[in-house]
Amino acid sequence: MKYLLMIYEREAAWAGLGEEEQGRIFGEYGAYTERLKAGGHLLGGEALQPSSTATMVRVVDGRVLTTDGPYAETKEQLGGFYLIEAADLDVALGLAAEIPSARHGMADIEVRPVLDVPG
Amino acid sequence: MNGTAHEAALERAFRDHRSSVLATLIRQLGDFDLAEEALAEAFLVAATRWVADGEPERPAAWLLTTARFRAIDRLRRERRFADRVPRLAAAEDRTVVLDTDFDPQPIEDDRLRLIFTCCHPALAREAQVALTLRTLAGLSTEEIARAFLVPVPTLAQRLVRAKKKIQSAGIPYRVPAAPELPERLDAVLQVIYLIFNEGYAATSGSSYLRSELSAEAIRLARLVVSLLPGRAEPQALLALVLLHEARRPARLTPEGDLVRLAEQDRSRWNREQIEEGRRWLTTALGDPGDSRFVLEAAIAALHGEASSVETTDWRQILALYDLLARRFPSPVIDLNRAVALSMAEGPAAALVEIERLEAAGQLAGYHLLPATRADLLTRLGRHDEATAAYRQALELATHETERRFLAGRLAASAGKP
Repeated sequence: MKYLLMIYEREAAWAGLGEEEQGRIFGEYGAYTERLKAGGHLLGGEALQPSSTATMVRVVDGRVLTTDGPYAETKEQLGGFYLIEAADLDVALGLAAEIPSARHGMADIEVRPVLDVPG
Repeated sequence: MNGTAHEAALERAFRDHRSSVLATLIRQLGDFDLAEEALAEAFLVAATRWVADGEPERPAAWLLTTARFRAIDRLRRERRFADRVPRLAAAEDRTVVLDTDFDPQPIEDDRLRLIFTCCHPALAREAQVALTLRTLAGLSTEEIARAFLVPVPTLAQRLVRAKKKIQSAGIPYRVPAAPELPERLDAVLQVIYLIFNEGYAATSGSSYLRSELSAEAIRLARLVVSLLPGRAEPQALLALVLLHEARRPARLTPEGDLVRLAEQDRSRWNREQIEEGRRWLTTALGDPGDSRFVLEAAIAALHGEASSVETTDWRQILALYDLLARRFPSPVIDLNRAVALSMAEGPAAALVEIERLEAAGQLAGYHLLPATRADLLTRLGRHDEATAAYRQALELATHETERRFLAGRLAASAGKP
C-alpha cells in the first residue's frame, strides 16, 4: 500500500535550533531517506519552505481569492512529506516514528493511506 | 436428532466456535462484513441441515467450509469477484482443495490476530471496545449499544467506520512482532479491563446487562491467557478481574443499594473466584515484567484474603499503591492510594493527599474525590465539612445506585452535630 507521511513541525522549535544542530538533523534526514530507498519504501518526498512563504488560493463563485499564508496561526505546520510503499499500516507507522524531527520531538507525523483509484 | 437436541447443538456450536471460525474467515476473505454475513448464513443453513443430517462430526470445520462457500457465492453474484483477485484467488484455491483433502479446522491463532486488529491503536478506544465485543464476544450491535447507552445507529456507525478504516488504512491482521508486542498487548488488555469495569463500576445502565459485560470481559481475558500462555500480563489481568468479580454478590443489597467494602458481608464473596484469581496471580508473579495489572491484582488479592477491613494488610496495600503510583502515575491511583493511606496511617494523613489532588485539578468533576474527602472528614468528626463534601459528590455522581448511596451518607452526616 501507498502511504503519505506528513511531517507537521513545530516551526518555532526548528527555528530555535542553532545552525550546527539544524545541519546535523539535515544529515539525519539524508540517512533516513537512504534507508527508505534501500528498503524499497521510497516513492518520493520533499522538505517545504516555512509556512510564512505559503499562499492560499480559494475560488468563490468563479472569482479567485488569494491570501497570505495558511488560515490559522497554528503551532504545527506541514514541513515536509514522504510518499512511501509499505506492506501495511504497522510498517508505515514504524517508518513514520523514525523520521528525524519526530524522533527529536519536534514534529508529529500524520500517516494517510493513499486512495487507490481504479483504472 | 430431535428439536431440542438440535437447538442445543447449534447453541453450543455458536458459543464454542463462532469467534474462531469468524476469525479464520476474516483472514481468508480479508473482509469483516463479508465474513460476518457468510457465517450468519452458515448458521442458518445449519439450522435446517443439522436437523436432517444430524450434527456434523466437526462442527467448526463444517461452519467454516459452509461459510466460505457462501461468501464466494455471494461475491460471484455481486460480481465483486474480479476486484479481489489476489486474496480471493487464494481462498478459491483453498475451496477447490476443500472438496478433497484440505483440513478446514479454524486456526486458534486467527482469534489472536483478530483481537490485535480490533484493538489496534489506530482505532479510537470506543471503536476498539465495540469491535472486540462484536467480533470476539459475539454481542449484537443492539446489545452493545444498550450496554453502553449509545443509540443503535451511533454504535452501528462506529463499527462501520472502524471496519472501513481497518481495510482502507491497511491495519494488519496479524500478531504484532516481538518489539511491539508488549505495548500492543497492553492495548488489548486495556480494552478488556474497560469492558469489565463498565460492567462492574456501572456508570449507567441496568445491572443485568452490566454483569453480562463483566462476564464477557472474563471470557476474553481467559481467551488471551490461553492464546498467549507464556505472558504474565494477561494472567495478571485475569487474576484481577476474577478477584473483583468475586466481590460482586456482596456489593449491592437486595434492594440494589451500594455496600462499601468495610460493610460487605464477606461470606458472600465468591471463594472459588478468589482462589482462582490468586492462582493466576501466583503464575503471573513468576515473570511479572512491567505490568500494572500484577500490582492491582496483588492489591485485590490482599483484600480477598482478609476476613475484615480491620484485619486487612493495609501497610502492604499502601506499599503496592506506592509502586503503582511511581511506575504508572495517574490521579485515580493517587486517590485510591489516599484511601489505603487513611487505613494504614489514619484519615488526617490521607486528607492532606486529597487536598493536594484537589489543588492539582485533574480529577475535577470526578464524584469519588469529594466522596472520599467526605468520608475522611466524617472519620475526623468534622461533620459540617463532610456534609458539604457529600453534597458536592452527589451533584457530580451520575449513576442512580451511587446517587442513592451518597444521598444516604449525606443524610446521616447532616444529622450529626
